[in-house]
Amino acid sequence: MRYSNEPLFWSLFSAGGMLAALLLPVLIVLTGFVLPADEIAFSHLQDIFSNALIRLVLFALAFLVFMHWANRFRHTLVDMGLKSLHTPISVLSYVVAIAGTAWAALVLLG
Amino acid sequence: MPDTITLELFRYHPDRDERPRFQAYEVPFREDWVVLDALNYLKDRVDGSLTYRWSCRMGVCGSCGMMVNGYPKLTCAAFLRDYLPGPIRVEPLSGFPVERDMVVVLDDFMQKLSSVKPWIIRETAAETMASGEYRQTPAQLAAFKQYSMCINCMLCYAACPVYQHEEQFVGPAVLALAQRYNLDSRDQGNSQRYPVVWADDGIWDCTFVGECSAVCPKHVDPAGAIQQAKIQSTVGFMRSLLPFGNR
Ligand code: SF4
Ligand code: FES
Repeated sequence: MRYSNEPLFWSLFSAGGMLAALLLPVLIVLTGFVLPADEIAFSHLQDIFSNALIRLVLFALAFLVFMHWANRFRHTLVDMGLKSLHTPISVLSYVVAIAGTAWAALVLLG
Repeated sequence: MPDTITLELFRYHPDRDERPRFQAYEVPFREDWVVLDALNYLKDRVDGSLTYRWSCRMGVCGSCGMMVNGYPKLTCAAFLRDYLPGPIRVEPLSGFPVERDMVVVLDDFMQKLSSVKPWIIRETAAETMASGEYRQTPAQLAAFKQYSMCINCMLCYAACPVYQHEEQFVGPAVLALAQRYNLDSRDQGNSQRYPVVWADDGIWDCTFVGECSAVCPKHVDPAGAIQQAKIQSTVGFMRSLLPFGNR
């Protein structure tokens, strides 16, 4: 049979949602509160984030979270009544997500 | 306790009414009456032309589903006392064409229901009565039992925002029933159901709102069934990409 291609986007969406729920709050607390409050030294955090493995994990996180966003964004717009624009909306959403991922790659792996 | 309570009923007889209207009726208030009792009272004593479906009066037949104050309910399980002081607005199930008053057209649902072949399919040839019954362990039964409790009341369709907008969506109860048979150790019909279940208008139309499971009077959890099927479909999809995948 011909498969719907939804499983591909849905699995990226699910993985992104799961990781976002687990890791984003930690990152927000670290970079948004702990660091400005001088609870840990900036250089210490910088050391951690210069580790190649950590950067790779952050890159994967950025990629999957963008994929999560794209899927949710396009489904929300389509469900709100823009069904006839499904294809352009999908293309646009994933172009933005890939651009975001490329930007993350530039920052993290560059 | 009040002596009476007001019911605002959706009325529409296509042969007589140009458009639907609401009509208010006073009915006696009784502590132990459900909305269906009030409707039966009105039909017997006030207006015999009032039309609605019901049968068992005990949450088993699934035919008395209506919108009660905007929420899909089995009217035989919706107590008047929970809607005090009233009025109680009763309408046909949302998302379905209306045939007459509270009676909706079931054709779409029935067609979808049969499209997933909700019965045990055996592909093994030449089985006779003599080969005996198919035995099942308690664990094998538990895998699908919850999904087999469905009474086809369609409350989940009336609650589903996707179905309200996309008529072609196969919908919660039917997908849960497909899952019920797919998970049954006696069944061999998965491959005949996939084309409907795994399609864009099957499980992939679902955005996991979860209202189906919230309104289900039988705790079937169609939303959970659909999520399970999404995982199975994803595994099947990934396998199909492998050169040595079996589909
Ligand atoms: S899944 Fe629940 S709400 Fe839906 S038709 Fe079956 S019993 Fe009714
Ligand atoms: S009358 Fe049978 S379920 Fe309500």
